[in-house]
Amino acid sequence: MKRILVGIKRVVDYSVRVRVKQDGTGVVTDGVKMSTNPFDEIALEEALRIKERGAADEVVAVGVGPIEIQQQLRSALAMGADRAVHVQADGVVEPAVVARVFLKLIETEQPFAVILGKQAIDDDNGQTGQILAALWDRPQATFASKIVLDGSKAVVAREVDAGLETLEVDLPAVFTTDLRLNEPRYVKLPDIVKAKKKPLAALDLQQLGIDGTPRLRSLRFEPPAQRNKGTRVKDVAELVALLKAKGLFQ
Amino acid sequence: MNRILIVAEHDGSALNPSTAKCVSCARAIPESEITIAVCAVDASAVAAQAAALQGVRRVVKLDNPANAQALAAVLAPQLAALAAGYSHVLAPSTTFGKDLLPRIAGLLDISQISDIMAVESATRFRRPIYAGNAILTVEIAAGAQMAGTVRVASFVAAPTGGDASVEAGVVNVPLPVHTRFVSVSKAAGGRQDLQSATRVISGGRALGSAENFAKLYALADKIGAAVGASRAAVDAGYAPNELQVGQTGKIIAPEVYFAIGISGAIQHLTGIKDARTIVAINKDSEAPIFEVADIGLVGDLFQILPELEKLLAARS
Repeated sequence: MKRILVGIKRVVDYSVRVRVKQDGTGVVTDGVKMSTNPFDEIALEEALRIKERGAADEVVAVGVGPIEIQQQLRSALAMGADRAVHVQADGVVEPAVVARVFLKLIETEQPFAVILGKQAIDDDNGQTGQILAALWDRPQATFASKIVLDGSKAVVAREVDAGLETLEVDLPAVFTTDLRLNEPRYVKLPDIVKAKKKPLAALDLQQLGIDGTPRLRSLRFEPPAQRNKGTRVKDVAELVALLKAKGLFQ
Repeated sequence: MNRILIVAEHDGSALNPSTAKCVSCARAIPESEITIAVCAVDASAVAAQAAALQGVRRVVKLDNPANAQALAAVLAPQLAALAAGYSHVLAPSTTFGKDLLPRIAGLLDISQISDIMAVESATRFRRPIYAGNAILTVEIAAGAQMAGTVRVASFVAAPTGGDASVEAGVVNVPLPVHTRFVSVSKAAGGRQDLQSATRVISGGRALGSAENFAKLYALADKIGAAVGASRAAVDAGYAPNELQVGQTGKIIAPEVYFAIGISGAIQHLTGIKDARTIVAINKDSEAPIFEVADIGLVGDLFQILPELEKLLAARS
């Protein structure tokens, strides 16, 4: 069985303007729309396309988090994942813990590819894929904008500061997705109904023998410093005069 | 004493300015003793530049033919071996450091604090989360080794004038061959680097086409600015990916930032909020970009751009 594992994280929807709680203990999540991390949707879409091209037999969506993450896993099944695995973990789940969950699942699932988002849009850590690749002692192709499978290897275009870098990696490997890898499909209503019958296994960290205790302590959440209100100018001449007055242009 | 190891970013001959910013972050850690590691085929030239940064105690060269390109899978085992005895391992929060450092942290089984924007103590750091909509103060247990990527827009480059010792490092670790470099696209010749430019002109979807976007290059060249883009402009194919500014692109802190036809999604704003002056030009007077702009001009960018070019080019 040629299998791909995909990571799914439940995050505050990208369109929500996140606010910090008054007491500084976190951000407001009550009544806030939650969604699948956009990079994870891209990861799933890529896995589905690989399967549709005949290069994979099964796509497994894996989510580590509270019980509510099963909503996002159901969405993943509706998008086309064959089955899902929910690993129950409450509170802060650090990237190294998620990496260890994948490492454990890899033992039994034996995937040829693990595709994860390059970062989650909530904690913006951007670590899980690289940590997993280190622990698994396998290649990593991060920030991928194109993945071409070629037998026992993959050729990957990566979005780097200089432009696009192309790597060749042996499989199995870890891939993390960048924005332009693909555009995820919309879920159709009949697929949502069908997804209810697809298997969703529920495990927890203890069953996998993983200690989920956070090693970092979040002390305080604050809103960012606000910029002062600016001025509106009526035309280019006034704009340029102002830039000159600020000493930004001669 | 906090012994800090900074992983140098370079292109084989020149040290990337991001490394000097990591030095400033490291210097903000109390009682720090700073070492810079340079992985290259022949690290001598880059090591000399690193040794000239003020505050650096020593530079360790890791010369290896396998280090011709910065492959995380190849560099990480060498740097993890070198990191023994250091309290902090730092790298810039550029695609180089973002790719490499978590792999080192994974090998060492240590925690990483990503995108450090301020140092409160040797164990306590501030970092942006939720696209910069919240700032988190995070703490690691005293005595635990840690990794950290440094948000380069938050630190000024350490000045030169230092005189650190340079030595050859020896690490005996097997290096994988499962990851191979194929190619990298050539950077646009002669144009300013987005992450270190003092002036940046960015274009958004309102430019409407790659041809129209190209007009920004002409203006940028005349006033010595780098060119950036919103995600929408990159997705639409008007600009290449390396120009993207924002949460998932580049985080920049120029003296002046021109947002041309950019509406100002929060994901974009997080990439520019450290700019000293933000100039917004947009035909929609309600666009969110005006909420953060120091100077706003409502109007048709196709009329404004030529005028701006005429007036600014004459003055700069």
